[in-house]
Amino acid sequence: MLPEIGLGLLWLAAALAGLQLLAGGLSLSANGGGMAGIVRPVAIVQGILAAAALGILIWLFVQTDLSVKLVAENSHSAKPLMYKIAGTWGNHEGSMLLWVTVMGLGGAFVAAVERRLPEPTMMATLAGQAFVSLGFYAFLLFASNPFARLYPAPEDGNGLNPLLQDPGLAFHPPTLYLGYVGLSIAFSFAIGALITRQVGPDFARAMRPWVLGAWIFLTVGITAGSYWAYYVLGWGGWWFWDPVENASLMPWLAATALLHSCSVLAARNALRAWTVMLGVVAFSMSMVGTFLVRSGILTSVHAFAVDPRRGGFILALLAIYIGGALLLFALRAATVTEGERFAIISREGALVFNNVMLSSILGITLIGTLYPLFTEAMGTKVSVGPPYFTPVSAMFAVPMFVVLLFGPMLRWRRDKFSRVSGVLALPLVVALIAGGWAFGAGVRHVLPLLGLALGPALVVASVLPLRGRSVLRAPLSLWGMVIAHAGIGVALFGMASDSAFTVEKLVAAKVGEVQQVGPWSIRLAEVAPIAGPNWTAMEGVLKARYDGGAEVTLRPQSRTFWAPLQTNAVSALKGRWNGQLYTVLGDETVSDKGESRWQLRLWWKPYVPLIWIGGLLVALGGGLALLSRVAQDLKRRLARAKGGHRRDEVAALVKTDAAKGDAA
Amino acid sequence: MAVRAKHQRLVLLGIALVALIGAGLLATWALRSQASYFYVPADMAANPPESDRAVRLGGMVERGSMKNAPDGVTVNFIVSDGKARIPVRFAGIRPALFVEGSGVVAEGKLGRDGIFVADNLLAKHDEKYVPREMKDMQQARKAIENTK
Amino acid sequence: MSKDNPAKAPRWALWLPLALFAGFVALVVVGLVKPKNTDIASQMVGKPLPAFTLRAAADERPGLATADFQTGKPQLLNIFASWCIPCRAEAPVLEELRRQGVTINAIAIRDHKADLAAFLGQYGNPYARIGADDVSAVQLAIGSSGVPETFVIDGKGVIRYQHIGDIRPEQIPDILRLLKEAQ
Repeated sequence: MLPEIGLGLLWLAAALAGLQLLAGGLSLSANGGGMAGIVRPVAIVQGILAAAALGILIWLFVQTDLSVKLVAENSHSAKPLMYKIAGTWGNHEGSMLLWVTVMGLGGAFVAAVERRLPEPTMMATLAGQAFVSLGFYAFLLFASNPFARLYPAPEDGNGLNPLLQDPGLAFHPPTLYLGYVGLSIAFSFAIGALITRQVGPDFARAMRPWVLGAWIFLTVGITAGSYWAYYVLGWGGWWFWDPVENASLMPWLAATALLHSCSVLAARNALRAWTVMLGVVAFSMSMVGTFLVRSGILTSVHAFAVDPRRGGFILALLAIYIGGALLLFALRAATVTEGERFAIISREGALVFNNVMLSSILGITLIGTLYPLFTEAMGTKVSVGPPYFTPVSAMFAVPMFVVLLFGPMLRWRRDKFSRVSGVLALPLVVALIAGGWAFGAGVRHVLPLLGLALGPALVVASVLPLRGRSVLRAPLSLWGMVIAHAGIGVALFGMASDSAFTVEKLVAAKVGEVQQVGPWSIRLAEVAPIAGPNWTAMEGVLKARYDGGAEVTLRPQSRTFWAPLQTNAVSALKGRWNGQLYTVLGDETVSDKGESRWQLRLWWKPYVPLIWIGGLLVALGGGLALLSRVAQDLKRRLARAKGGHRRDEVAALVKTDAAKGDAA
Repeated sequence: MAVRAKHQRLVLLGIALVALIGAGLLATWALRSQASYFYVPADMAANPPESDRAVRLGGMVERGSMKNAPDGVTVNFIVSDGKARIPVRFAGIRPALFVEGSGVVAEGKLGRDGIFVADNLLAKHDEKYVPREMKDMQQARKAIENTK
Repeated sequence: MSKDNPAKAPRWALWLPLALFAGFVALVVVGLVKPKNTDIASQMVGKPLPAFTLRAAADERPGLATADFQTGKPQLLNIFASWCIPCRAEAPVLEELRRQGVTINAIAIRDHKADLAAFLGQYGNPYARIGADDVSAVQLAIGSSGVPETFVIDGKGVIRYQHIGDIRPEQIPDILRLLKEAQ
């Protein structure tokens, strides 16, 4: 019964989305004003219904209700509870339900709290949000029903792809989805602004917290995803430029650009059409990424099992939404009046540079991701990997980082470079020292050298905007910017360290043998079988010493899952302040003499964890900025409410005075 | 004053356009030289790639061809599509399901000595993940010796 | 992607993003349509079955060899496994086909005898013969990449049609028609 209720809730939510679109659209016309009142409540109820449907699906997974096809295909009674819950979105249908739920809740949240914009713009925005949701409801209900039953119910389920049975990954997709779909709100704001021709600082201020929120989730999601790929795939790499990774990177790049152009629009009323364009592009990239991954048009180690028929459905949605938004842009952008002017050397100029570079990297990533499709249409098969993406994107990232050294210190509107060049000496000295140190340590490749020099310089330079201010009284949003930019420097240093300093060793080791990897000496103490809840494994016990220090134990495993039958290597890591030891256990090989040896792959990766620490710092900076925006907004609202209250009191006082006067 | 502002704005627009168009051109150019092409053994034998070029080789691991080197981590095997046979060397942790008679996509470079040196092997062919190329590798399938 | 400032940028520049997007859509439409053809029509269609002999996967049915298809009568070859969920959904459909007089031979992929016996006990056994393919060798040789799949084989042992995924009840007439055409 429960699955049918869930399906019913979904239909109801879809109907409400239709109503929301209708009412919002009608309220824009001259005689439809009466409909405006219901739009916000409808949006809120729609969000709640979608969330309830998702709740029911999660419950079905927790109960392992095998009469539901999706549960039978993706869950198993022997699975730990956390993975039963995560199994809800570890598949196509469930993740699409999560998608519409986030979209519905996002719309509900906007409807409930956003009061800054003119009401017609809000109505257009909510109608836009409903329009987008409606397409995804249709996709869910007609092409990917998560509540479909299976007759007869099987005795037990199929399990979840063991690569996905990992605590980090269990909560990774929801994080990323909050980011992807959060950008739908920026998209709707952009549509609303275009329809009502209200592109100005108010629009930017209203949109900014939503973009910021989505961007924080994307940042955390990408950082976590990168760490997941790093330790689960057992290949020692942290970024593979795989289509799924690119699908998450592209919206992030667009959202980062949008965030910066939003601040220009909010502060200076410039870059109007460009900001609207980015608002459209950011969510479009989320949808394009999802489409590329889901349609099976590009395969990837991360991908779910795919169905090409669904690809056609998502493509139709893409064509309607992105095509429609771009058409609206083409028709309306010319009527968006020109914004304020500014000089090239100015804060705006630096931010425009940032935007152009980020857009270029976005273009490079998109072209590289689509290139295999293009050549396949021509009859050749290719794949595009790091040899293309890394150097080509670095060509644009490096100039952007250089401008980031001084950009935040420039004044709005017009400035002179000579004003900041004095302060700039400090990061430049840091860059020289760090670069010299890396060169001395034997780093000869250009990109790692640049990264090792620029990373620390960025950290120092990012703090410079705080100079001359009391540390405690500097606004929270300034702190947010400082920490986020410093995080970029930290992450950059980690990335460059990986390619500059990593030491790798691949051996077949006898039990008892000692291997030397960089400063570590590692002894294979034993290899023993071990059993988990739904897997068995061979576990290697490694005793490692750093530079003759205390002994630590690592336990890499070669795991065999039995539902579904699959094996994979589980790496074991040991972190130190200055890096990470990474170990993988492979197969047993027996030599002609009958000697048994175990394959070991060992890496010493100096400073590599800084990549993810940097990523988290970036997200933390975003969080502080968001906090400061929300606090400002609350303060303003409180002040207005207080003002209103005082007016009421005064009015009441006047009234009583008048009454007294009458009585007298 | 106004003229100057207008002028600066045009310069900015110019820089932006140059950067974006430059990015597009650079991408196309780099893709020509950096994209890694997919070969089946017959193509590779007839038309070998340059030795420093990263490519991918897909086919079936020939039965009886898999030999472990004495170092315990290197494996030599032959990838075949029924028309041509390419010797492959791989050092590393082998993926699950990498067995003789199964399909494989090897990423690496063809050495001057005619041995394909793989840095990575993709061998999963369960129904969850099939490398795209393996879906229509019919020649290779035909090459499998049957279980007689 | 055009730059800001519509007042200065030519009007056509505003249409540029839409034009680029149209190019993207065209590209992926080609991509979406193309693999479908290669997926459905395996290149083995129209070719004789490769030679194979598989031992019996279950006690109650004999094993399967190429010669079993050269009987002059069209048959179905079903690729399945006890661990495959869609196969369970497909079982009643195959039973219906058997009831209508179709001979169904099967290959069990990477299966265990006990699991298979339990599967056949619970979901029925519409098969005339079941061969065991423990390493997916025959599966790959006949151009199948997943379970379940069903092949229509004519009386001379030539593959006439490949059906990917489970056969749905509404597809029974199609399968019967294909078997008739294979005569």
